[in-house]
This record gives sequence, structure tokens and C-alpha cells, in this order.
Amino acid sequence: MKARIFVTLKGGVLDPQGRAIHHALEGLGFDGVNDVRAGKLIELDLADGTSDEDIDAMCRKLLANTVIENYRIEKVA
Amino acid sequence: MKSAVIVFPGSNCDRDLAVAFEAATGAKPTMVWHRDTALPDDIDLIGVPGGFSYGDYLRSGAMAARSPVMQAVAQAADRGVFVLGICNGFQVLTESGLLPGALLRNAGGHFVCRDVALTVENAQSAFTSRYAAGEAISYPVAHHDGNYFADDATLDRLEGEGRIALRYAENVNGSARNIAGILNDKGNVLGMMPHPERVIEAAHGATDGKRLFDGLVEGLLARA
Repeated sequence: MKARIFVTLKGGVLDPQGRAIHHALEGLGFDGVNDVRAGKLIELDLADGTSDEDIDAMCRKLLANTVIENYRIEKVA
Repeated sequence: MKSAVIVFPGSNCDRDLAVAFEAATGAKPTMVWHRDTALPDDIDLIGVPGGFSYGDYLRSGAMAARSPVMQAVAQAADRGVFVLGICNGFQVLTESGLLPGALLRNAGGHFVCRDVALTVENAQSAFTSRYAAGEAISYPVAHHDGNYFADDATLDRLEGEGRIALRYAENVNGSARNIAGILNDKGNVLGMMPHPERVIEAAHGATDGKRLFDGLVEGLLARA
């Protein structure tokens, strides 16, 4: 089984990378981009039967820093 | 007086920190590899050095914080052993939960590498006893992820408990409340982005950092 972990900065946490991407998009002439936030996608290939609790623990203990980041788990069949 | 410097793959200030520890203590520190699970017996002082541990993969300090040796460092800190984390070492200490908050990418987006004016905020700590409260000093910084972040409640607590050791006189990275270095609640763990170990001898061009190491060691010897 596979799982995708989306790690994003919490609202209110400054994202200089997103800001730079925003500026670059504007430089390419794309108007109407209100904001850009950059995050991470982490794909896990897991042993069948890995529990939701274990996946959540992976996120809390390593994959995301919950002081500054949120995470969302998407299980892929 | 026994000290140790932790070495991760990608550490690059470990030898500088060892020189600073040796100059202050008179004895060579033990260099402890990240895979080691134990520290030398009767250790008094642990340095977590600057660098780019594990290539800054995932987040700066994230992998190092979960390495075997950091469990031993956390246990030692809990026993009251003094721990000094500089630059990447500060990032490792926040990632491991020994210090609150996190170090974000610099607000300006740039890697900042230069001398920075600082203010000694708390001169009562074991690490800052040879400085005067409010004293203006200068240490070099060299980092991309030095923008200190914590929620307002945490920042208020740090301020209220005198746990902000150093502030930037010029905020070079966007840090909340100009924070350059913070203490844990017991005062035996200090994390800071600037590099005192790079300004300890005349040949460095400045010696503002020497008093941090000398004062810390003097205090530790007085306690023993």
C-alpha cells in the first residue's frame, strides 16, 4: 500500500519560498495570483496492513514539525 | 571538566567548537559520532555544532534530532548537563524538543553570512555570566534557516522567564522578537544562531565569543 503525506506550513508562518515563486509567476506575466504557499509531498510505500496510527505517528515524529507545519495523509490503493 | 562535541554527517563547525571547548576547559573534548548511543561518563558540557547535518534533508536539524546520540543528549540535559547548540545545533535542539519553537527559512530568502550586532538580553545565565545585561556584542552568523518562530504564548513565556539570552540588534533573518538565542526552562541548554566559537582569538579579528566559553566553564567549575 502507498500513502501520500502532504506537509504544508501553517497559516501565519512566513513562506519565503512561496513568495519567491509568486514573484516569479508575476514576472512571467501571470496576473491574478493572490498568494503562493509551497509545501512538500512525501510518498510512502508501506507494508500492507500498516495501521493509520503508525502512519500518523510517522508524521508527528518526523515527517512534519507540528510547531510550524500541518500534514494531511492520503492513502493510495 | 569533561566536554563532548557531537558530530553528525554534514557537521562543519565541530572542530571549531572543539577548539573553543579545549581553550576554555584545558582538555580536549570527546568527539561523539551521531550513531553512538552513549556519552562519556561524568560529562559536564555537550556541544551541538553548526553545519548542515544530513544535508538539511527534510528540515534543517530534523534528521539529526532523531539520531541515536540525541537521545543520550536529551537524557543528559534532563540530568542538568549543560548543552550548547550553535546554528545547526540550535536547529537540532528545537527539532528534538529540547528548546521550544522552530527555525524557519530567513525572511529575506537569502543565506546570511556576516558579523551581526547582538544585545545580551540575559546576563544571569551560566552561558552569559561574563557579559553585562544590555551589552552590545558582535558574533558572525552564517545560515539560511535562522528565522526563529514560536507562537505568541511561547514567546511571551520566554520573555517573562528571562529565557531570551541574545537578541539581534539588527534583525538579519526575520526572527520573532529579534531572538538570536534562547535558554531552556532550567537554564542549562542554550541554542543560538550566531557563532561565538568563530570569535575567540585575536587571529579571528574579534574575541567577543571567548567570554561565553570562559564564563560557562568558570561557572561549571564553581558548581563542581
